[in-house]
Amino acid sequence: MTLLTAVFAAVSTTVLWYFKDGENQIKLGTLSLMYWGAALMWMVDAVFEYAELGVEYFIPMPADMLNDFFLGISVTALGLVIWLALLLFKDPKGVIRHALHKAGNC
Amino acid sequence: MACFVVPAAEAVVTTVVHKVVTAKEKKEANSISSEENGRIKPKKVPFSHKLKWLNHMLWGGSALLAFEHIWHGEVTPWFPFLSAANSASDTAEMLHEMSTTGVAMAVLVTGVWLGMALVTSAIEKRPVPETECQKGELS
Repeated sequence: MTLLTAVFAAVSTTVLWYFKDGENQIKLGTLSLMYWGAALMWMVDAVFEYAELGVEYFIPMPADMLNDFFLGISVTALGLVIWLALLLFKDPKGVIRHALHKAGNC
Repeated sequence: MACFVVPAAEAVVTTVVHKVVTAKEKKEANSISSEENGRIKPKKVPFSHKLKWLNHMLWGGSALLAFEHIWHGEVTPWFPFLSAANSASDTAEMLHEMSTTGVAMAVLVTGVWLGMALVTSAIEKRPVPETECQKGELS
């Protein structure tokens, strides 16, 4: 479930980047790369787990599935928080710089 | 257990390489004029920019996986920071996981990045209208 959540997050942000942020003004490309990195790493984890458990890997306990989904959502939220912090720090549209300049002149 | 440490270590190396390559490219850009025989050369994505993609995948993936390890109690905020480091057998298991899963993670991410770089080079060879030159910046 964690892998699936990360893949959905990666695909969604990539599609958003492609259609809405081709110039990477709001750093959606960076967010999508972060999610793709995590998704690829979890895919390796899943392959190793499958090699160990066999088909049982595809029949998880409902409680485990729920916990993994909860983890996936939390990881997606953490990715969004990192992206937001990066966006505000880089300030590509100069919104924060403008607001600070305005506040300094008042 | 601590598989994310391997891609994180690779991320440290690629970040240093990125800094060195960026400085080198800036130096070259200052010394070489972009114009040749009156014609402007088509602008290619610099290697440092492509390296940034790998950095973002490695750092982002490692950070999110580190969070997963905290979630499962495998990473702790106190010394030795890895719960598997408390006993010799757990440490051996952790090192085995790092050398198999961790290395495979780093290799796969790097392989995907190499694929991205090759595809980008192929796309760059296509003719692009002047107005669209700035689009397509991934990060």
